[in-house]
Amino acid sequence: MSDASEKLTQSGLSRSVGIVEPKTARFSEPLALDCGRSLPSYELVYETYGQLNAERSNAVLICHALSGDHHAAGFHAETDRKPGWWDSAIGPGKPIDTDRFFVVSLNNLGGCKGSTGPLSIDPVSGKPYGPDFPIVTVKDWVHSQYRLMQYLGLSGWAAVIGGSLGGMQVLQWSITYPDALAHAVVIAAAPRLSAQNIAFNEVARQAIITDPEFYGGRYADHNTLPRRGLMLARMLGHITYLSDDAMRAKFGRELRSGKVQYGFDVEFQVESYLRYQGTSFVDRFDANTYLLMTKALDYFDPAQASNDDLVAALAEVKAHFLVVSFTSDWRFSPERSREIVRALLASGKPVSYAEIESNHGHDAFLMTIPYYHRVLAGYMANIDLASTPRGATSPVYSTEGAK
Amino acid sequence: MIRPDWHIVEQWIAPKSRVLDLGCGDGALLSHLIERRQVSAVGLELDDDKVASGIERGLNIIQEDLDNGISDWFAPMSFDFVIVSQTIQAMRHPERLLADMLTIAREGIVTFPNMGYWRNRVQLGLLGHMPINRALPNPWYNTPNIHLCTLSDFESLCQELGIQILDRAVVDSAHRESTLLRAFPNWFGEHAIYRIKRKS
Repeated sequence: MSDASEKLTQSGLSRSVGIVEPKTARFSEPLALDCGRSLPSYELVYETYGQLNAERSNAVLICHALSGDHHAAGFHAETDRKPGWWDSAIGPGKPIDTDRFFVVSLNNLGGCKGSTGPLSIDPVSGKPYGPDFPIVTVKDWVHSQYRLMQYLGLSGWAAVIGGSLGGMQVLQWSITYPDALAHAVVIAAAPRLSAQNIAFNEVARQAIITDPEFYGGRYADHNTLPRRGLMLARMLGHITYLSDDAMRAKFGRELRSGKVQYGFDVEFQVESYLRYQGTSFVDRFDANTYLLMTKALDYFDPAQASNDDLVAALAEVKAHFLVVSFTSDWRFSPERSREIVRALLASGKPVSYAEIESNHGHDAFLMTIPYYHRVLAGYMANIDLASTPRGATSPVYSTEGAK
Repeated sequence: MIRPDWHIVEQWIAPKSRVLDLGCGDGALLSHLIERRQVSAVGLELDDDKVASGIERGLNIIQEDLDNGISDWFAPMSFDFVIVSQTIQAMRHPERLLADMLTIAREGIVTFPNMGYWRNRVQLGLLGHMPINRALPNPWYNTPNIHLCTLSDFESLCQELGIQILDRAVVDSAHRESTLLRAFPNWFGEHAIYRIKRKS
């Protein structure tokens, strides 16, 4: 056994989906977007874990959050230091059990990890879209995910699952395509952002936009990056993803060198942590994508079309729901999840709701918390695959095939 | 395991009705009612372990503290029956729950341990200590049961709240019927089971 695979085994390869390879789906039929523009053609990069059963009834869609991507579980190479972003929950014997389910995870449109986004070439200009990439909404994503579903030859999902911005996509799925999913798992989400939440996003955007290296989003033309702005945006984000308690427990007032230096360099451990999170993010994320993702969050408001009545917006929903929140999450607080649950109950939809005691803040949804995982596993285990929607099973967008 | 009061609760629940169980525990009663009465069921429970058990049974469980009130969660008359089984004695404000539950359901079913049961009276009145027995297993200083009452206490509260008692059943823990039980329910009933509605 090589050192690398030994490391994988130690980190739980026995319960890992193992080495996975991203695939690309190409769509040549234009996608009309909420903003009024349309994408003439586009690609979605995705991964799958587990096996699709003969009835095609065991597919589960994972929707990612702000900075997530298609790589939700497993490893791309034996030398990878870290698995996919939700490896804690996806894998053989894990809550989203790949021995039972065929799990699909994609990078959303506007992303920077392979799906069509600001880094992709605009077929019209022949240059990268950059800031000219259209603003995409949660609903646009759901439409594109529906096409991916058809592309994969699926007529419906046993479940659509997501946390945070991912949870919003799940809610949108249940409203926009009520006949395409049997179960909806909405974790640490909200029916729409509060003014405070939009305010945090605006500060993050201003940090990026006012960076002198931003060049109106055309930083690539100038061979540079708005490093400071993106770093600040990420630092701010991280503060809001953690709770006061979690920060106190993790860093306290600990000093890196043991005593104060009376200067503006990194002194407290929390400063060091934030700067590390900020700088490492710059190397793996595109600033234009970050702007797009925060706008998608801000615009999400499925009740708007129903006179701000969420109960009315959910009237046609057919999915069975699991809603989960975390006590110390103040970015997407339990109260916001309860709004979703109350609206579901008021419109007579089947729903379970668990409020998980955790001091990890919003980040808790990615963590292995025994009660959380027990609820998620228990819910998933009760999914009756015979109830997965079956419509037309012929793949509509399979013309160009997978890579 | 089927508890002695379930059989009676089941008889009072109409088939295919909408049932809400407040303080549903691990959901065993709801599962029983789904199986026997094909009800559509929702349970409310606070305890993590019990919520997880309910979800593992495939039930619809809402995690919430009953003491926070229920009228925020459920629309008026959104259920046919609301059950409060062996829970009311553990609440901070049983009287609020009784009033609230009959705004969200047509009928309520309430079960509780009868403090007037003769063994409890003997332990308190003759032996001079708080009752500890099968129905009330916890010592006074560490018990969820903070609002114990007798059949007559419960009935006077219903009177005060404008609640009509439709049915009353009492059982001992072995679920025996006896002449004594029928003649002196407040002495010989270990558990009380009431079917109630708002006076029209």
